[in-house]
Amino acid sequence: MSAQASVPLGGAPSTISVDGRAAIELRGITKRFPGVVANNDIALDVLAGEIHVLLGENGAGKSTLIGILAGLQRPDAGSICVHGRPVSIASPRESLDLGIGTVFQHMQLVPSLTVLENLMLGESSWRPLQRRPALERFRELSALLGVSIDADAPVARLALGEQQQVEIMHALWRGASVLILDEPTSTLAPQGVHQLGEVMKRLRDKGVAIIFITHKMREACALGDRISVLRLGRLVGSIDKQELATMTEQQVTDRVVDLMFGKNGQAGRGVIELENQTARRNPSRIERHAAPLLRLRGVTTAAQPGECAVHEISFDLWRGEVLGIAGVDGNGQKHLAEVLAGQRAAISGSILLRDEEVTRGGVAARRQQGIAYITDERHGEGTIGTFSVATNLVAKEIGKPPLWWRGVSLWDRIHLHAREQIQRHDIRTPSERTPIAKLSGGNIQKVLLARELTARAALVVFNKPTYGLDLQNTQLARERIVEGAARGVAMIVISNELDELAAVSDRIAVMFQGRLNGIVPNDENADRRIGLLMTGAAA
Amino acid sequence: MRAVARVLVPVLLALGVSGLVLLALGKNPLAYYGDVLTRGLLTWGGLQATITRMAPLLLIAAGLVLSFQAGIWNLGTDGQFLLAGVITAALTPVLVGIVPWSIAIILSLIVAFAVGAAWSLIPAFLKASYGINEIITSLMMSFLGTSLANVLVKIPFRDPSTDVPQTQVLPVADRLPRLFGTTVHSGILIAVAAVVIVHVVMTRTAFGLKLRMVGANPRAAAHAGLNVAKLTFATFALSAGLAGLAGAVEILGVQGTVRADWNPAYGLLVVPLVFLARFHALGVIGFTVFFAVLMIGGESASRRLGVPQHFVLLLVGMLLLFLALVDYLDHRRRLMRA
Amino acid sequence: MNPLLTEVFLSTLIFGAVTAGMPLLLAGLGEQISEKAGILNIGIEGMMLAGAYAGFVVAYAWDSFALGFLAGGLAGIAVASLMALFCVRLSLNQIVVGIALTLSAEGLTALLHFFQFSRTYPRLPKAPVLAIPGLDNIPVLGPGLFRHNTIVYLAVLLVAVVAWLFRKTYIGLNLEAAGNRPAALDAAGIDVLATRTAAVLTTGVLAGLGGAYMVEVGAGLFVPYMTNGAGFIAIVLAMLARGRPLWVLLGALLFGVSLSLTTALQVAGVDIPTDVVQMLPFAMVILVLVIFGRNSMLPPALGLPYIRGER
Repeated sequence: MSAQASVPLGGAPSTISVDGRAAIELRGITKRFPGVVANNDIALDVLAGEIHVLLGENGAGKSTLIGILAGLQRPDAGSICVHGRPVSIASPRESLDLGIGTVFQHMQLVPSLTVLENLMLGESSWRPLQRRPALERFRELSALLGVSIDADAPVARLALGEQQQVEIMHALWRGASVLILDEPTSTLAPQGVHQLGEVMKRLRDKGVAIIFITHKMREACALGDRISVLRLGRLVGSIDKQELATMTEQQVTDRVVDLMFGKNGQAGRGVIELENQTARRNPSRIERHAAPLLRLRGVTTAAQPGECAVHEISFDLWRGEVLGIAGVDGNGQKHLAEVLAGQRAAISGSILLRDEEVTRGGVAARRQQGIAYITDERHGEGTIGTFSVATNLVAKEIGKPPLWWRGVSLWDRIHLHAREQIQRHDIRTPSERTPIAKLSGGNIQKVLLARELTARAALVVFNKPTYGLDLQNTQLARERIVEGAARGVAMIVISNELDELAAVSDRIAVMFQGRLNGIVPNDENADRRIGLLMTGAAA
Repeated sequence: MRAVARVLVPVLLALGVSGLVLLALGKNPLAYYGDVLTRGLLTWGGLQATITRMAPLLLIAAGLVLSFQAGIWNLGTDGQFLLAGVITAALTPVLVGIVPWSIAIILSLIVAFAVGAAWSLIPAFLKASYGINEIITSLMMSFLGTSLANVLVKIPFRDPSTDVPQTQVLPVADRLPRLFGTTVHSGILIAVAAVVIVHVVMTRTAFGLKLRMVGANPRAAAHAGLNVAKLTFATFALSAGLAGLAGAVEILGVQGTVRADWNPAYGLLVVPLVFLARFHALGVIGFTVFFAVLMIGGESASRRLGVPQHFVLLLVGMLLLFLALVDYLDHRRRLMRA
Repeated sequence: MNPLLTEVFLSTLIFGAVTAGMPLLLAGLGEQISEKAGILNIGIEGMMLAGAYAGFVVAYAWDSFALGFLAGGLAGIAVASLMALFCVRLSLNQIVVGIALTLSAEGLTALLHFFQFSRTYPRLPKAPVLAIPGLDNIPVLGPGLFRHNTIVYLAVLLVAVVAWLFRKTYIGLNLEAAGNRPAALDAAGIDVLATRTAAVLTTGVLAGLGGAYMVEVGAGLFVPYMTNGAGFIAIVLAMLARGRPLWVLLGALLFGVSLSLTTALQVAGVDIPTDVVQMLPFAMVILVLVIFGRNSMLPPALGLPYIRGER
């Protein structure tokens, strides 16, 4: 397959040049939002035929930069050149016409349409759908990417990895010469990551310029030809091809940390090292001859369209133990969290807390018994944006003394309580009456931690505790987990980041298609076994 | 200052645009508005009529404030109002003959509240169980309720002694007592009390906070352990009950009977007032005064100046539109300044 | 013999059902298009009234039914363009704007009618009928189904056209995406706001036509507030039809039956009070919702404005 083999359908002819000229040149790109400078004077080159990794923590400005290239945002200052021509990208249509295909972090497919219909999306005419040319192109791209998907399958029924493959096809549909992938691996099992890497290399070898965004060091090293590091809106440095080829992963890590934090890189180093450490936690310190705090036996939830229910879940959890729940998104983790928290009923099976049957209680009852739940959806579910910080802090205690007296809200006490919590947990907010939506993600997470990690909590369920948080808040959340466990609180941590689970867990369970596919102790073999379990195989 | 502008500007714009329509139809808008003001507010008779008119409006508004703050669009208040009014009109004359007067009145008010609440059961159930949009269901029940009320007046509850189909007339002596020698009946006290109670409940009680949580973010409410279905039923029941109470107050205080095809249709007209007040219970009182003046003054002006009451509908619609527009512009300005 | 089974009764019923159901069909199709694209169009009652009044005035003044229909459609677009401006472009609350437009249209049309016609109450001549030769002589069904104004046949054809549009064209894909996941449509390079605006304006035309039909063919004159909830019934039809135009047709006919029952009963000499019969359509809606409510499917992005870059 040569670089000129694929004839793009409609749209601009792709100018894939394999002579090393920059496909994209950014100079002085600046973008401001109220209160923050998302991109600050960024200069970047992306060459054809290279995989250029953009590395940075959450909040570094990667998504904004991608938004500018994809036509979703206009930069406040700076210039963009595509294949040497200065351009302005005012809309997604213009971005596509320039040959730039973007695969976003959150799925941009229409679930109610089929794969082929999603791929055909993009014209505005009264013409009947042209199925045959579309099918041909589909087969072409399927061969190129090495995937096999039914073109007429409704997208909603595909697995997450397959959906992503369709998105990549969509990005390449009109013959893109630049492919942007925004954090594509969060929805993939380790094998999936490997497969994605192969696809990217194949595309690169055909001359496509690939921009790969991630916050994971390991991936950056494994896949990148060049690594550029973003921090707080600035490009703080690059490691180019020649250098990368000669460095080990540890050297790259050190270099990146240096770039990010300069010589006083202790804080950041701490987190990154936490991720890369080979010394695991000691699972055998838990006294397992005592009765477990929590027992689940055959817990099943009701199936609902678009969600993955859990089926026959059984496990034990001891005091002070951290149980990690691994698995690609959409394998039943949400239902598991909700059934533990009392937010969702179990249609069969039993949940025993301290040997007492608690299966039938609701959220209030579970909280009373000491089970707390920190949801992954801070804005959609965890907090009420228009309500004050103070109200959100007591949202799960409405009507209970001492902040309520016979149903009457004692606002003075509620606000006093809030001020105490704000001070104790270092929550940055103008006041306790500020609507919580105005706070940063990290501070909202602090509110959630303050609300759930009370003295009464005996078991805390964390769903993606560090999602979208910057390094400092990520570190904070992980510390709280480890501290709490040391104090004897049992923790269940659900996450799709294996590094995170490896850093905090005593044992790690794997969810696959709603079932608990296996539990492994967090030792040196854990990674390999987990990888297998995530694909459905037995460990 | 800006809060005042956010209220005043839509009102002035609505008055202005509607005034232009009047002009195009050959009527003098200033004369009309002046007449409305005079007849509605500045004469003793007009003022009393306005305050009297406010009673049912405030009760409906109280119910809508509660409902909207809880995120429930109860647009079925017309049906709830009418049905409860008809049943009150049929029930009270009978009760008055059996039990002491005050008991009869209290019972009638309770029954009216219950009838209104009952009429909202189906939309509440459909919303709580299937998530069906309550705007449509409550509107359907409203149309159904209006027709049913008419059937009741014309057949089972019809007073055989009259030519015109209507319910048995409640003698003036048995209606709600007048206040301090005016023509204003004590129903206005019930109405104001209802508004104040709704305000206190929504701002100072756990129950009110729970309702507001469901209105602001139902998923977060479920996450916090609130029984959203139960709260949905409660919201509908209270909101519709107040609309039913409004119907009873109107019958017991003013009408004394229900004639066939009688439907003042206050319900949908109160909706913009609640929006103007940004769902604030006490703020609604002010806007209700404004609207009552408009209605009373408009009724008189329609006779004197030949501008039919249809105009009020147009004015209210414009008010709602400009309110939404002004809110949007204000929001944009604030974003740009940030 | 049972008065309900005579040929006269049945054919009157069917004829009345089609006549009464036509505005519901047109408005229902329009609402379905809006809802597919993600707009909950509560103002449709207002669009129908505007179309009704405009249709009446023009048909009366120019003595032309065709022009009346045209005027009705234009009036509908006029109201719809306000909806498009406020809800699609400016992202204002669709429910508030819908209620506002309905109230304003109700007030304005009633006002205008009062000033222009309340003394004379003119009526339009009977609308022209296009009888389909041959078919119109079938007993019962013939006079019921095949002796209607041309618009009726066009409307039924429209059902097929809309169905084809939804399933087999790029426009149909765009509408589906606009209502289901507008961000995906935007990322694919299509202007979401333009798509939604087009949908709303189309609804305006169809609703306006429906209103004009009510006046020109159904009643023969304009009465203030004459739509009497037809717009809202159309919304329910669209909700229950789950994206299939054919079901809108069936639903409209069903409601047409209950709406025309009064006349047919009178013809058959059966004495049931009008008000009881008037309850029927609404009672039916509630019944259907209670029984089939589980299955009513609304696009996920319904009622939510699309603002690019907002997650």
